[in-house]
Amino acid sequence: MKISDVFKEMSLEVKTFKDGVQREVTGGYVSDLLSDVLAHAQEGNIWITLQTHQNIVAIASTKGLAGIIIVGGREPQQETLEKAESEKITILTSPLSAFEIAGKIYQLLQ
Amino acid sequence: MPIHQTIEGSFQLIGGNFSNAGDASIELKQKLTELGFNADIVRKAAIVTFEAEMNVIIYAAAGWLRYYITPEQLKIIVEDMGPGIEDIDLAMQDGYSTAPEWVREMGWGAGMGLPNMKKNSDVFKIDSVVGEGTTVEMIMYIQ
Repeated sequence: MKISDVFKEMSLEVKTFKDGVQREVTGGYVSDLLSDVLAHAQEGNIWITLQTHQNIVAIASTKGLAGIIIVGGREPQQETLEKAESEKITILTSPLSAFEIAGKIYQLLQ
Repeated sequence: MPIHQTIEGSFQLIGGNFSNAGDASIELKQKLTELGFNADIVRKAAIVTFEAEMNVIIYAAAGWLRYYITPEQLKIIVEDMGPGIEDIDLAMQDGYSTAPEWVREMGWGAGMGLPNMKKNSDVFKIDSVVGEGTTVEMIMYIQ
């Protein structure tokens, strides 16, 4: 499954690095604790979070994540957008909750 | 790529400067990958380095992170000029943190950093003097 496949199912807006939506997604991880994501997310996962600050980009980069979905209608901060663009990390936003997004992606991955 | 001599790198970390957080982790990961290290060591190195960077950025005035790669091991040493840790056993407990509220709101300060560092290294040493600073040494053996 690619990130682009998720679009058909739910409302998402691509905020950074649009080419990244073609990347293969191996699974997902939901957490707002950055140490938890560092320790447990796996390469190729899509990360669902409500954190919006720039450190999420470095986490995604060092973990080799497929992308980040910021939920609950929150908007990434300006530095986050700039950093994500330069590090080639795809950030998406959605008005949906983490529960709804995770549920839908889980189904798509089955 | 075979390693014939020690490959070193160092990073200066400034307390409160969250904008460079993760730089050491990303560079070290890239270097280890280029050198052909197995994915498990690369993954662990990235985790412990990032956590070590965050501890300096969150708690200390400044610090250094240095890494040394030899054919036998990867060693990471982090020294900071910070407040020091009064009770190391307590600080090593999962979930214990003295981070301020604003740091917790960023999703850091969950009390997972030091335990994650210990869990992912073969040797973990921590030394701290209250009012002076903390030094952490981590070694990962390369089979």
